[in-house]
Amino acid sequence: MDFLTLLQVLDTSVRLATPLLFACLAGLVCERAGIFDIGLEGKMLASAFFSAAVAAISGSVWIGLLAGVMASVALAGVHGLASITFRGNQLISGVAINFLASGLTVLIAQDWFGQGGRTPSLSGGARFNEIKLPFADLLSGLPYIGQSYAELFSGHSLLVYVGFLTVPLTWWVIFRTRFGLRLRAAGENPEAVDTAGVNVIRIRYTAIAICGLLCGLAGVYLATGLQAGFVKEMSSGRGFIALAALIFAKWRPWYALFSCLLFGFFQALSFRPDVVKAVTSLDVPGQLLDALPYILTVVILAGFVGKAIPPRAGGEPYVKES
Amino acid sequence: MSAGSDKAGRPDTVDPAIELRGISKSFGHVQANKDISMRVMPGTIHGIIGENGAGKSTLMSILYGFYKADAGEILVGGERTDIPDSQAAIAAGIGMVFQHFKLVENFTVLENVILGAEDGIRLKPSLARARSLLTELAREYELNVDPDEKIEDLSVGHQQRVEILKALYRHADILILDEPTGVLTPSEADHLFRILNGLRDEGKTIILITHKLREIMDVTDTVSVMRRGEMTATVRTSGTNPQELAELMVGRKVLLRVDKKPAEPGRKVLEIEDLRVVDDDGVERLKGIDLELRQGEILGIAGVAGNGQSELLQVLGGCRSATGRIRLNGEEIDPADHALDGQVWRGRGVSHVPEDRQREGLILDFFAWENVAFGYHHAPEYQKSRWLMDNAAIRRESGKKMERFDVRPPIPELAARNFSGGNQQKIVLAREIERDPDVLLVGQPTRGVDIGAIEFIHQRIVELRDRGKAILLLSVELDEILSLADRIAVMFDGRIMGERMPDQTSEHELGLLMAGITDTASAA
Amino acid sequence: MTVLPKWADAILIPLLSILISFVISGLVILYLGLNPFEALRLMVTGALGSSYGWGYTLFYTTNFIFTGLCAAIAFHARLFNIGGEGQATLGGLGVALVCLAVPWPHWTLALPAALIGGALFGAAWAFIPAWLQARRGSHIVITTIMFNYIAAALMVYLLVEILKPEGSMDPATRRFGPGAELPLFSDIFGLVGIPFSSSAPANISFFIALLACLLFWLLVWRTRLGYEIRAYGHSETAADYAGISPARMIIIAMIVSGALAGCMAINSVMATERLVLNSVEGAGFIGLAVALMGRSHPVGVILAALLFGFLYQGGGELALWANIPRELIILIQGLVILFTGALDNMVRMPLERIFLMIRRPGKQGA
Repeated sequence: MDFLTLLQVLDTSVRLATPLLFACLAGLVCERAGIFDIGLEGKMLASAFFSAAVAAISGSVWIGLLAGVMASVALAGVHGLASITFRGNQLISGVAINFLASGLTVLIAQDWFGQGGRTPSLSGGARFNEIKLPFADLLSGLPYIGQSYAELFSGHSLLVYVGFLTVPLTWWVIFRTRFGLRLRAAGENPEAVDTAGVNVIRIRYTAIAICGLLCGLAGVYLATGLQAGFVKEMSSGRGFIALAALIFAKWRPWYALFSCLLFGFFQALSFRPDVVKAVTSLDVPGQLLDALPYILTVVILAGFVGKAIPPRAGGEPYVKES
Repeated sequence: MSAGSDKAGRPDTVDPAIELRGISKSFGHVQANKDISMRVMPGTIHGIIGENGAGKSTLMSILYGFYKADAGEILVGGERTDIPDSQAAIAAGIGMVFQHFKLVENFTVLENVILGAEDGIRLKPSLARARSLLTELAREYELNVDPDEKIEDLSVGHQQRVEILKALYRHADILILDEPTGVLTPSEADHLFRILNGLRDEGKTIILITHKLREIMDVTDTVSVMRRGEMTATVRTSGTNPQELAELMVGRKVLLRVDKKPAEPGRKVLEIEDLRVVDDDGVERLKGIDLELRQGEILGIAGVAGNGQSELLQVLGGCRSATGRIRLNGEEIDPADHALDGQVWRGRGVSHVPEDRQREGLILDFFAWENVAFGYHHAPEYQKSRWLMDNAAIRRESGKKMERFDVRPPIPELAARNFSGGNQQKIVLAREIERDPDVLLVGQPTRGVDIGAIEFIHQRIVELRDRGKAILLLSVELDEILSLADRIAVMFDGRIMGERMPDQTSEHELGLLMAGITDTASAA
Repeated sequence: MTVLPKWADAILIPLLSILISFVISGLVILYLGLNPFEALRLMVTGALGSSYGWGYTLFYTTNFIFTGLCAAIAFHARLFNIGGEGQATLGGLGVALVCLAVPWPHWTLALPAALIGGALFGAAWAFIPAWLQARRGSHIVITTIMFNYIAAALMVYLLVEILKPEGSMDPATRRFGPGAELPLFSDIFGLVGIPFSSSAPANISFFIALLACLLFWLLVWRTRLGYEIRAYGHSETAADYAGISPARMIIIAMIVSGALAGCMAINSVMATERLVLNSVEGAGFIGLAVALMGRSHPVGVILAALLFGFLYQGGGELALWANIPRELIILIQGLVILFTGALDNMVRMPLERIFLMIRRPGKQGA
């Protein structure tokens, strides 16, 4: 395999890792605050549809982005209502949200566009187009470093860069700010937060809103960056891979970046069986690569490779009782 | 029923630090606080004493904004103050140290101290400021803790200091402590009281909630007594005595001694040698226990909670494995055997009344009759065939057992959660004692149980002893051990510090043993 | 304290929750430009108006009874088995392998064998997450989700690379032999002279599902094992005290759960007479809704499964006759799960207040 093929595979990995990264960080903020969210998938899907649909109608990807994020935040609000206000089961709520999203998106898509549950193809201003970083053309002649710059780092859509910048931002917020301290405390021992005079409910709702926002961006990127339009079930399990990545990352932002890149890499490889065969000289079934993130997560969960300890109060609604 | 002593509400020019007027609070049908009024003067230590469930904690939670009162008002420093949440309580200068600490286990001391009282968006400046303040407070009040240590690595005594530091960091002038010594050794408790005295001398007001008469007598200036949600009296500590307070607490003369004949110990039933337990965190909880238990005697295990008594009971009940040697009726049992669960012990005639009836002894959502079979659901008389249980037989049996143990109401079809604490305990005791076991393990038999039920329960335990059965009694209430046990073993830090006969020892001597001091001659 | 009487908890709350879900679904239908009552009429006619409709409705119902019981037994042990989908997928593999292994002479032999095959495979797929939870503390919800995806990938691999007959483009096994054909409702009812559509797939498995409900009831409320599973589900510490091994309960409950999911394949796979990709079609997830709605009781499960069977068949008819995609069912399913499961308290809290208000004057009078 030559260097350029490697760059191509890595480039695809970065693209495929981006929605995972947004969703993974979304889950991180939410779960750090003590709320399990297995509805990442549904929020992503809803956002993908509404961003693509509104972008298609308005012709502006920015209005699409707003619509997508709003849809995702709205579903996050339902999750908040169920799991915070009404102290329901967070897992059940997440499952419900996934179904609501898969049902609603197709119903509305059919109603609006009549194309069998998809949106029209997006082009021009209705999509996030690729950004060429400065000097990319100039440096592309330079072997290795220049090639990497031009192929791997340049030429992604805006949201890819935003996604990668979200990692240090999340880290800073979670570990270096007042809000982060309170958020982590709410996920570990909400009573400690409450008795310290901080409103647990508000913190958890804020976390859920951030989760909605980031899931929204994941969906927007899916439909307007990675692909040009919405198709039925286009999130295709990414929300769950993101969840797997989150466990793999042990709920830490920088680790999340690496696990998402790793899982993105597996996805990229499953598109290129020729590369896999050339490198390993084995006939690795594509399905194995598809399943690899899930298998790895089970291995991690089993504690064979380090122990993944989730936030202690995760999944428990906060009820004042002593 | 009047207190008889001089009332503490003396005329004073200073406004009380805290005044409560007509506070009432109910949870569903249960009235936890009834029309409570109270005044606490600044710069004093005020005790609130009462039995478990008298409503002390509820009252203080209202004062701290954790619960909302149904009626009544709160005055802080003479001003009417609304305390809808903890934020408001903190703003009013009230700090609280809960019985169960409210700390984030995997945060450092510093992070816990600043949580909710940060200076700005960024953490760094807050952490720096807290660090310097902590050193200052440590010097001033003997409150030293390593600011960078994680809470989970601290001892309980140190965790409690963090709670006090949290309150002081928030400029609390009024400090409420809820049962602060329940988890402390006597020496740790003494240290705490020194801290509290220091704080009072600085002009802080301290409210101490406890059910221990001695603490009230030792450290408080004034004391209020609560009973069944009502405040029965407020008196000056110097003008009262423990007997009077005890009467006020329970509402009538307390029967401190149980009527019983001297024990007639028979042959050895249970012999324990060098029993050791290491918990999941690698901490050794039992460090070589040697005990023997004979027929027809009650062996009481005394000790401050958390010194290995629970682990001992868990091993003997089959909930935990251990190393060492156990002989039951002369038969060797390997406590390391993982197959040795509660079923095996029950099969060999060891019954077990657990320390926590709600979390262990009962399934609250099961019917009473289902609970009467709990743990004995494999018993042959409860089976209809190889696969099916005989629910009708269990119902019949449980109806009779509940009747005999005076469970009210004696309705097997009621879910366990709908019985009061005392009646829940009677269901557990009915189940365990009616099996006529060779050995009965009993943990905290009367915790949260009303006086009438306590007498009943004690009588039943003594009756079982008189039938020649062996009883191992665990209780954190020294009074209960002293009045019920025929022999007392004191546990400290996973070891038996010594054995005493109840009529040849004193609370004082037992207290020293509970603190790990064996050389009684030099300590006295 | 329990405020609500038992009947309100078991019947009134689920009914109200379903009502809310239906009202919202009706509003969505209205938004899509159809009169909700017209839609309901289309669904009722399509699902219940003919023996053909009933045949499909009960066919789906059979699937949902199995997956509903699968989720329900796990709920009794306070386990959230979201892996019914994967377990049913593997059950399908088990059934297919049994059906393909031998040229079965008659369905009376094929059916028990297939039942065992499906149950074994489903149970095995549930056993791994159960073991990981019991012995390694791995969160069973996450592992079962992961196992759903692993099952799906495994199935694609097997059907595309291994089980597909030579020369076929279709990712499916070859057809099972005629000896593995189950008697349809038309055959069964024909015996007593009742005509029933012969093109509807409802078959004898429906009665096996009902039998499973009876056995489920006996297991949970009449056997020691059921007693122990429920005790563990209510309180792990109490179970430990009573000498009930939590690890054993987790593993047994999940094995039973997985086996029930696997049994679904006798209906779904044997009726199609070959194993195709995605033979479960989300029934594993519907099981969650069915168990929630049916309060984990077999009678409730049957009723809820019937409702979803109706929705599935009726929804299909709606897609056929009105321009409303089948995904409407998924939406309704989501709403039912949301309101009966996650937003339970939204219905319960006001109801409790009403009951308190009704009761209080009575108390004072007494």
